[in-house]
Amino acid sequence: MSYFVDKNGYYGQFGGAFIPELLYPNVKELEDNYLKILESESFKKEFKDLLDNYVGRPTPLYLAKRLSEKYGATIYLKREDLCHTGAHKINNTIGQILVAKHLGKKRIIAETGAGQHGVATATVCALMDLECIVFMGEVDIKRQATNVARMKMLGAKVIPAISGSKTLKDAANEAIRDWIGNPEDTYYLIGSVVGPHPYPDMVARLQSIISKEIKEQLKIQTGNENPDMIIACVGGGSNAAGAFYHYLDEKNVKLIAVEAAGLGVYSGESAATSLLGDVGVLHGSKTILMQDKYGQVIEPYSISAGLDYPGIGPLHAFLNESKRAEFMNATDQEALDAAYELTKIEGIIPALESAHALAVLPKMKLKKEQVIVINLSGRGDKDLETYISNLK
Amino acid sequence: MSRINQILKENKNLLSVFFTAGFPRLNDTEIIIKSLESNGVDFIEVGLPYSDPLADGPTIQHSSSVALANGMNLDIIFNQLEGLKDSIKVPLVLMGYLNQMIKYGEEKFCQRCKDCGIETVIIPDLPMIEYESHYQQLFASYNISNVFLITPQTSEERILKIDNITNAFIYVVASSSITGAKGEISSKQIAYFERIKKMNLKSTLIAGFGISDKSTFNTSCKYMDGAIIGSAFINYLNKNGTDTIAKFVKSIID
Repeated sequence: MSYFVDKNGYYGQFGGAFIPELLYPNVKELEDNYLKILESESFKKEFKDLLDNYVGRPTPLYLAKRLSEKYGATIYLKREDLCHTGAHKINNTIGQILVAKHLGKKRIIAETGAGQHGVATATVCALMDLECIVFMGEVDIKRQATNVARMKMLGAKVIPAISGSKTLKDAANEAIRDWIGNPEDTYYLIGSVVGPHPYPDMVARLQSIISKEIKEQLKIQTGNENPDMIIACVGGGSNAAGAFYHYLDEKNVKLIAVEAAGLGVYSGESAATSLLGDVGVLHGSKTILMQDKYGQVIEPYSISAGLDYPGIGPLHAFLNESKRAEFMNATDQEALDAAYELTKIEGIIPALESAHALAVLPKMKLKKEQVIVINLSGRGDKDLETYISNLK
Repeated sequence: MSRINQILKENKNLLSVFFTAGFPRLNDTEIIIKSLESNGVDFIEVGLPYSDPLADGPTIQHSSSVALANGMNLDIIFNQLEGLKDSIKVPLVLMGYLNQMIKYGEEKFCQRCKDCGIETVIIPDLPMIEYESHYQQLFASYNISNVFLITPQTSEERILKIDNITNAFIYVVASSSITGAKGEISSKQIAYFERIKKMNLKSTLIAGFGISDKSTFNTSCKYMDGAIIGSAFINYLNKNGTDTIAKFVKSIID
């Protein structure tokens, strides 16, 4: 079984490009060119240079000794939180901005939820001197004032999405509508492994630097490039896709995807798509999504703005269906507790998203000799307000 | 021959009007359809309200939100249309998003269309390649025709392909944009209409997106076989309710 995208843009039954005819030329242009660009020497050279010298790669693979002691295993943290702008998101935006430049696009649009992808996009647009327009739900704009200010300071225009539930899914809808209206000069820089083919594959490839580095670093540190287990949180799923990518065919490496359970999986306030969703089409790809019996999309909830997405990328839908990855979940409270714990015993304040990945450790029966890599996808600076207000 | 194809073949300057089912009120379906029919609308597009309508502008988005809040769903609209079937002659075209059909069950969706006498659907996010591989046979077995859209960016080769697999009409999207009233038709759009017209396609050509009044309708009809008015009608309903629909239709074709 292959876990990589097939020639038609599918992972098993998931994926494809379910787009209105209005977007056909835009998506086709990208589909026809993305592999050529990604595999060209000039792209590879420029991408590597920016990742090394601008983003700060490779990010460390850190043996968390006290965390390991606490949970009785050998736990490494992949420190994506140390990337420029504070999360793994920039790996993707650097790659896609180079793709946009190769395609001769002048105007960059993006969607953002918490603002992390918006900031990462605004950053690379500043770097490349390209016009940047970020769509953000009106509700999220109020919740994430600092990131809105950062984007504006970076020169981006932030446009509130006032349709639907006024959050991430609506911001993505607005970005797609803008793209329909500007088919020639505009590049849609999607922030996760979602959207019509080729986006899920392209974003996974750009994020795959994470697992490439894990392999190299683990080999040096333990003599074996394969851990027993990799744990990553999943909203749309870009950091998990990156952390899993080079291990997809390594059957002895267990892959664990952690979704946000909000106030509890079945509380009605949750984002645990793998348990609450079923097959459908969202943002141009066939995947699993949270919907009612008539196919209306349900607004998810999580304390973490980066995880409250009503679907998951088609790769993850396939990893879930084929049981290649195990899907677990963590509630708001479990994520908060995990974040406070990591801060106290390792001196690292994780992003709320990444805290969900840490939060499954107490639920597992671990052995001392087991090597576990947790992808620490982002840092917690943006979540300080939430952390402070929830401190008991 | 299906009713709609008969009309498409025999008539010129076809006027189609779109409305969102369940807007402004849950049970307005009958009065809207009958008023449009009695005032000379040639065929009617019934929009299935959706939470995430990617191809629609603010007007139709808003009407969809209102309709959903009113409790509209696929079971209700199919029941309403089934009840109307014997008292109307005007062909109905169902317009909805693919996820609604998948979740409802594709067979069941087609069966309910058949029960309601619906022979034509528009599913804007169903691309041609997926239609050919997964839906063409199913639709054919229920005598349902799928309408494809073309835009100013659609290549000639692709237009010919669409013309070839279409057995209803081609929806000629008048500009590269989402739905919504936009005022006049530009010279660029006219050049595009002329280019399409010169291709001598076998399918009937109906313009849509940005057609809002008598002037834009008449201009479209110079080049196309007819046009669809959507957002302008929704705006009208929003302002005037359902009592004076005749006045709206007369403002376009009288």
